[in-house]
Amino acid sequence: MRRIISILLENEPGALSRVVGLFSQRGYNIETLNVAPTDDPTLSRLTLTTKGDDLHIEQITKQLNKLVDVVKLVDLTDGAHIERDLMLIKVRAVGAARDEVKRTTDIFRGQIVDVGPTVFTIQLVGTSDKLDAFVAAMTDVDILEVVRSGVAGISRGEKVLSL
Amino acid sequence: MDLLSGGEMIARALEDEGVDYIFGYPGGAVLHIYDALFKDCKVPHILVRHEQAATHAADAYARATGKPGVVLVTSGPGATNAITGIATAYMDSIPMVVLSGQVMSHLIGQDAFQETDMVGISRPVVKHSFMIKSAEEIPATIKKAFYIAATGRPGPVVIDIPKDCTRPDEKFEYHYPDAVKMRSYSPAQRGHTGQIKKAARLLLGAKRPVIYAGGGVVQGEGSELLTQLARTLNYPVTNTLMGLGAFPGTDRQFLGMLGMHGFYEANMAMHHSDVILAVGARFDDRVTNTVSKFCPGAKIIHVDVDPASISKTVQADIPIVGPVDSVLTELLAQLDDLRDKDAGLPDAMALERWWTQIDEWRGAHGLLTGRRYGQSEQIMPQQVIESLYRATGGNAYVTSDVGQHQMFAAQYYRFDQPRRWINSGGLGTMGFGLPAAIGVKLAFPDADVACVTGEGSIQMNIQELSTCKQYDTPVKIINLRNNYLGMVKQWQDMQYEGRYSGSTYEDSLPDFVKLMEAYGHVGMQVTKLEDLDAAMDEAFALKDRTVFLDVLVDRREHVYPMHIAPNGSMKDMWLSKNERT
Ligand SMILES: Cc1cc2nc3c(=O)[nH]c(=O)nc-3n(C[C@H](O)[C@H](O)[C@H](O)COP(=O)(O)OP(=O)(O)OC[C@H]3O[C@@H](n4cnc5c(N)ncnc54)[C@H](O)[C@@H]3O)c2cc1C
Ligand SMILES: Cc1ncc(C[n+]2csc(CCOP(=O)(O)OP(=O)(O)O)c2C)c(N)n1
Ligand SMILES: [Mg+2]
Repeated sequence: MRRIISILLENEPGALSRVVGLFSQRGYNIETLNVAPTDDPTLSRLTLTTKGDDLHIEQITKQLNKLVDVVKLVDLTDGAHIERDLMLIKVRAVGAARDEVKRTTDIFRGQIVDVGPTVFTIQLVGTSDKLDAFVAAMTDVDILEVVRSGVAGISRGEKVLSL
Repeated sequence: MDLLSGGEMIARALEDEGVDYIFGYPGGAVLHIYDALFKDCKVPHILVRHEQAATHAADAYARATGKPGVVLVTSGPGATNAITGIATAYMDSIPMVVLSGQVMSHLIGQDAFQETDMVGISRPVVKHSFMIKSAEEIPATIKKAFYIAATGRPGPVVIDIPKDCTRPDEKFEYHYPDAVKMRSYSPAQRGHTGQIKKAARLLLGAKRPVIYAGGGVVQGEGSELLTQLARTLNYPVTNTLMGLGAFPGTDRQFLGMLGMHGFYEANMAMHHSDVILAVGARFDDRVTNTVSKFCPGAKIIHVDVDPASISKTVQADIPIVGPVDSVLTELLAQLDDLRDKDAGLPDAMALERWWTQIDEWRGAHGLLTGRRYGQSEQIMPQQVIESLYRATGGNAYVTSDVGQHQMFAAQYYRFDQPRRWINSGGLGTMGFGLPAAIGVKLAFPDADVACVTGEGSIQMNIQELSTCKQYDTPVKIINLRNNYLGMVKQWQDMQYEGRYSGSTYEDSLPDFVKLMEAYGHVGMQVTKLEDLDAAMDEAFALKDRTVFLDVLVDRREHVYPMHIAPNGSMKDMWLSKNERT
């Protein structure tokens, strides 16, 4: 099963490499990884998605928790949560394709954020599934470049991941 | 408050931490530190002959005393040479603090002379690591490093120190913290009472119980409590290779080591048990054989301070996260409580049947209930360990290298006390034994310290004979000389039809007796069984000399029992070359 694991990490040099290194060292798979500082400059928030059965995920979270730089960790998929992935996608847009791309972008509530004589760059935010669906819908379009931020996530309701 | 340079702060902090020895080797990046040690430091420095040996000596010092070992190496090759020893300590959860020099801060990343990314290269084999960014951080970082190394599941911690942070001309106010608090690190202090209660009930309901105790009991000072628990219940105990000594080896309730080369009765009892109390043991693949066939009828209680050890390979029915001493104390209290209420617990009849069964297994194939090894005109390797056991009254500190000799020592030297058996189990590092013996001898100068080795392993750190000379650490090196990489040869006999690819060197071995003399020590060779005991006694009688006993043993001998793999269970074993379960 796919899991979204969110971590508060000490904002120390080398902390990120310990997390990433753990995954390769123990043969776990990272599907997406998103990391940025938080409002507290001593902490980074890291969100990663991975796949595995329950035992496998249990080992991953235990091993992550063991890292001294990991301050707190939550498996967002254990409860109600919001996940967002941001995609910038550059497509060839000439002739009829320009309308076609515009229409699909509207349906997905994306925005065309850059326009050139032959290309559009579209920004789309949503769950990973939604972004995948958008890419799948672009079958007749020449995709030039895809950039995704990786999933960022947060629990619904009162629950917070903080110190 | 004193004003000290970075280098001086290191020297002072090690004193304040109560460190007994620094095992190290100098070089450019640590020269300021070495100068500070020279000028004013009460902690003696032991100059090894190779940085790997510094780590093994410090590691063994920690295993024998329970205090973290301390290592100091220079940048680049000094740091990389230390890696094998750091990994060895990591795999066996041994507390150690390694200070490595680094090139000057402004040169980092430039492929400077003797630059190596030590934090990066050691990352997979440390519990944690620090890179010093300014000299002011040194005292607090050293305090944290010792704290992390020694608490929770112990392990090695690296502190990488750029040379400019130790320069003598920049002084800072020195203050060594009394305590550490880290928001991101808080090891379990005690187990969950509800879980311990459940465990007590399950244990008392058992009809075929086994206590499976590992290195965590030794490292966590749980041996006395474990022994008390086993004795009140009259339950059988088996130890892992790392747990030997956690329960007295000569006790009637002791089944011997379990696992790949474990005792028949230990493996049989595990396989047929209905309740297993696993304490400070991590269900290593050398123990379990095929995990899916592991102890099919057993409910498992697993006590470990590291939650990640629990249900990693074998699913626990009652997990208890906590340190052995506090968990066992509470478990003992719960057991007493339950037995006060119901004096019929545990089921005495069932237990008697279980012991009858175990004694039957023991009588049939137990290593200590009859002669189980071969007989020839040559000395059998097992006889060397028996002789060592006799000569030292079972009281020696025994360090070991890796191979057949290690298994023979584990099987035939019966350790009645924890911290006496010092070996590399998880990484299985050849070359561990001699530097380890030095570390132990420094810790306990009056004790007998023996290094059981093979002619292959001893050559991996034989240069340390010179360290023995310099610091006057008279250890006894017992070489089980089979003229093969014996453990490799055993596998080649069993799985590759005796094709000894890369496992022979017979015609090119040194004359160990002469070599010892060259180093200023005593060398003796034994070729006949009738001379063995006398030579062994003589070696230990030479109290203040390092002695190398080169014992020529029957080179055909294999280590048995041996788990049948792949696809075997705990009870599937070779008992000799042509006998199996
Ligand atoms: C040639 C060779 C053959 C081998 N054959 C065998 C064999 O036949 N049988 C065998 O058993 N091993 C064998 N080994 C060793 C094996 O590889 C493992 O090292 C060993 O089995 C692990 O022992 P352990 O389970 O006691 O765990 P250790 O590695 O000692 O780990 C200790 C466990 O206790 C926990 N712990 C630490 N401190 C505490 C505390 N204070 N409180 C609670 N928990 C704590 C740790 O988290 C860890 O899970 C062999 C090794 C070699 C090199
Ligand atoms: C550093 C290292 N390299 C290789 C091995 C693999 N290995 C395990 S046992 C062994 C043979 C050891 O030979 P020796 O020291 O003579 O002991 P014996 O088995 O003959 O008693 C080897 C090569 C190892 N454990 N460690
Ligand atoms: Mg050999």
